[in-house]
Amino acid sequence: MKFGVVTFPGSNCDYDAYSAIKVLGEEVEFLWHQSADLNESDVIILPGGFSYGDYLRSGAIARFSPIMKSVIRFAEKGGLVIGICNGFQVLVESGLLPGALMRNDHLRFSCRFVYIKVERNDNPFTRDCRPADILKIPIAHKDGNYYNFRGDLDELAINNQILFRYCDKNGNISDESNPNGSAGNIAGITNRGGNVVGLMPHPERAVESILGSIDGMKIFRSVQKYIREKVVIENA
Amino acid sequence: MSKRKAIVYVRLKNGVLDPQGVTIQKAILNMGYDMVSSVRSGRFFELEVFSGNGHVEEKVNEICRKLLANPVIEDYKVEYQS
Repeated sequence: MKFGVVTFPGSNCDYDAYSAIKVLGEEVEFLWHQSADLNESDVIILPGGFSYGDYLRSGAIARFSPIMKSVIRFAEKGGLVIGICNGFQVLVESGLLPGALMRNDHLRFSCRFVYIKVERNDNPFTRDCRPADILKIPIAHKDGNYYNFRGDLDELAINNQILFRYCDKNGNISDESNPNGSAGNIAGITNRGGNVVGLMPHPERAVESILGSIDGMKIFRSVQKYIREKVVIENA
Repeated sequence: MSKRKAIVYVRLKNGVLDPQGVTIQKAILNMGYDMVSSVRSGRFFELEVFSGNGHVEEKVNEICRKLLANPVIEDYKVEYQS
């Protein structure tokens, strides 16, 4: 199984994502933004950073790069894509995920550990989590304030597309545990098919105990198991 | 081919919280101008466009929808100057 990590000009978590997949023990390679070739990756990671200097809006320019045309086609065919932080911003700008990520309500860049609650553990990226699992994962962003129209927010909930919500360490979802003003404490969502996931927290920065948490590994291990099981079924 | 200017104004939709506008308004109040009750921030762009090609306005609108504004949170308005 191969993971592809996209590098845009201004990506700065691409090496962290690459390293996390090495810790996971799987094959991983960088995909350059000017190329349209996904090199037969099974999972695409859109990493964090400041693609194109966050010009215009975070993720707005990256969406039109050659690699994104291929990523969009891959996602529309059911391919597994995870966007982390700036990668999440690219996914909403490209229309693969609904809504928008606005400036944090307090206008500051926030870089610290937060807790997120796993709202569903039947997604390819969360199947290794317990039901209502609480993960300790860091955030590092200024534009992470998830916004959507009220009706569309209701629809997200009805379709079970909310994957992670900010909470406290006991799992309480409250204004105090919301680090950026996101509607409904939303930290991560999926598309309707469940194959495209975006989240603001950085699981790739929580994969070894020396980093302060290993909870992020659950997300990568989830998708690893998902692909292994799929391969077993396909070969049966 | 003659050129004209398309001036694009992008602003947050009504009802979408604008924390930057709120912060700027507070600064204005701190400066002593107490008659300012609200500030909404936005951006504008000047596009020089060839006017000879057909459907220029339609294409500029397309650029606005696809790139300059995010229709989820923003409205835009275009004015033309010859």
